[in-house]
Amino acid sequence: MTAARNQTSAEDETQILGAIQAWVEREVRPIARQYDHADEYPHHLVTQMQELGLFGATIGAQYGGLGLSASTYARLVTIISEAWMAPTGIFNSHLIMAACVERFGTEEQKQRFLPRFATGELRGGLGLTEPNAGTDLQRIRTTARRDGGGYLIDGTKTWITNGIHGTCFALLTRTDTAADPPHKGMSMFVVEKGPGFTEGKKLEKLGYKAIDSAELVFDGFRVDADRLVGGVEGRGFQHAVGGLELGRINVAARGVGLANAALRDSVRYAQERKTFGKPIAEHQAIQLKLGDMATRCEAARLLVEAAAKKYDAGERCDMEAGMAKLFASEAAVDNSMDAMRIHGGYGYSTEFDVERYFRDAPLMCIGEGTNEIQRIIIARQLIERNPA
Amino acid sequence: MAVDVGGLSPYDWGPTIRAACFGCGKSMKKIMVCLKRVVDYNVRVRVKADGTGVVTDGVKMSINPFDEIALEEALRIRERGGAAEVVVVTIGPADCQQQLRTGLAMGADRAILVEHGTELEPLAVAGLLLKLVEKEHPDLVIVGKQAIDDDCNQTGQMLAALWDRPQATFASKLEVDGDRIRVTREVDAGLEVIEADLPAVVTTDLRLNEPRYVKLPDIMKAKKKPLEILAAGSLGAALEPSLRTTGYAPPPERQKGAMVADVDALVGALRDKGFLG
Ligand SMILES: Cc1cc2nc3c(=O)[nH]c(=O)nc-3n(C[C@H](O)[C@H](O)[C@H](O)COP(=O)(O)OP(=O)(O)OC[C@H]3O[C@@H](n4cnc5c(N)ncnc54)[C@H](O)[C@@H]3O)c2cc1C
Repeated sequence: MTAARNQTSAEDETQILGAIQAWVEREVRPIARQYDHADEYPHHLVTQMQELGLFGATIGAQYGGLGLSASTYARLVTIISEAWMAPTGIFNSHLIMAACVERFGTEEQKQRFLPRFATGELRGGLGLTEPNAGTDLQRIRTTARRDGGGYLIDGTKTWITNGIHGTCFALLTRTDTAADPPHKGMSMFVVEKGPGFTEGKKLEKLGYKAIDSAELVFDGFRVDADRLVGGVEGRGFQHAVGGLELGRINVAARGVGLANAALRDSVRYAQERKTFGKPIAEHQAIQLKLGDMATRCEAARLLVEAAAKKYDAGERCDMEAGMAKLFASEAAVDNSMDAMRIHGGYGYSTEFDVERYFRDAPLMCIGEGTNEIQRIIIARQLIERNPA
Repeated sequence: MAVDVGGLSPYDWGPTIRAACFGCGKSMKKIMVCLKRVVDYNVRVRVKADGTGVVTDGVKMSINPFDEIALEEALRIRERGGAAEVVVVTIGPADCQQQLRTGLAMGADRAILVEHGTELEPLAVAGLLLKLVEKEHPDLVIVGKQAIDDDCNQTGQMLAALWDRPQATFASKLEVDGDRIRVTREVDAGLEVIEADLPAVVTTDLRLNEPRYVKLPDIMKAKKKPLEILAAGSLGAALEPSLRTTGYAPPPERQKGAMVADVDALVGALRDKGFLG
């Protein structure tokens, strides 16, 4: 779908990013280490995000959102991730759910949900993954069976971001289990928690702490037919895949933020820490690392900007978004490792932020399509765009 | 347990009485807040290679933090019902519209840019502000006690003098009561409380308040608020400088320190450098 995409003027972007930076410095950076270590949900940040308008960041202005372009949104995500990546998940997957409704929903669904998504009154995320199926989404088992005027949903989702504190999810199901190929029998629903739809346990993780990743359990959960996105069965897989371009740009933007944070801390520390009579920044071994790290940051940022620009122009950008996601997430992992080495023992200490970058970065390689899959997508696109 | 006192619970008295007392009489019509565009406080300032000023190209610019506090205070007064309108003004190049837009997004009702391309001295700024005061007739003018770029700490005082109205500088608390203000000032000896008649000029200290952060939807809404642009030359204020800046230089690099073995060596070293008799 190449509908007219959001545009944000340079002046608006300057104001918006300035406001976000000020908020980050005052409210996010000072609490990151404490909340990450305690694995405590930052409820007050959610209230502030609501006031700031973040839950409507990319939702169109006609539905009460800010209608930010992907480019501006990506920069915003990077700024927050430079201080603490995890909280971006609170509104990122929420906005992917919103984008699904905005791009593929009926007008009635848009009117009904988008204004409440934009204010954050209704918050949630995206429910695709199941215990037995992540990458291979066509193997999911959650079913939605017709039942009178509605559907009965049964199954279990896992790893769902905002699963505990969110109440509304875009849910991928199978409405026709006999369909071949399976994706033709898949349908997306917008579901709100209620009898038959409960959250399972909160999942414990290496990083991405403080944010709830959870199982969602559906046991004879009844929804009205008007919750079927777009009102037509069999399009759910396209809806899921349709959100991935923007989703990958988001994840890439977080990767840039983490890579930048690791570089920033390293540049400072390398000038402060002295060994053998000089700052370690003057040792060539450290300089080689800093040189690589800075180059990765710059390259990752440029890839994200290029992909976002294409997205904003309404062009196909699955290859570009895949490249940005692949490179930026690996840059985050590499930079956090280099930062740890530059910091020596202190990089391993929980009194510094480097160990958090190191735990947070690998998620960027997994979410929104693993990096293995990104490479495959890029290669397929290369072949498709360059027939022999 | 609530006692019934003619339909009024005693628990209602506090707010009722306060609301009745507040501003015994009228609330202000207008507060004017003066903002200056400065290099952001987080930026490491660098002197231009040719020594003609500091680098501002590509550098993040912001509202002077003291002025942001001034605006926050004005907004709080308005939100309490103590003023009808808050107008933000600035003097400087066209780019200053950015800071005015931020001010509007924070909540100011209206903005005025006095456009001028070159650096102005505090007296010229105060002279221009006086022209705006004569045009706008604010009941109260709030400005930062100083700008973090030149640290002059003069503009508010000069404006009060030119306007011939009271000034209350370095405010850490500001209370409005009808036609009067009560200002707590931070002075070397501690806290000083003064009262002044309106209209007056107040300059803000850091501890007056913590400014709100700007909400993104308000940035969008602020685009519809009026922003008037006036040419500095059209206001009839004297702008000619009375000082000439001969050069800018970064502070000298800190000299490397030396370790001494003991107190005797320290005393010896200080004596060698002429710091001890
Ligand atoms: C913290 C966190 C938050 C998450 N949030 C959400 C969420 O909000 N919503 C949601 O739906 N999901 C979410 N996920 C799930 C995430 O999207 C999946 O984990 C991811 O898609 C990978 O799926 P999987 O874990 O089943 O791995 P698998 O698909 O089992 O993959 C295992 C390995 O095999 C590789 N692989 C798989 N297929 C191929 C192939 N064809 N060729 C080559 N290699 C292949 C993969 O790259 C990977 O290395 C989250 C995950 C985490 C960790």
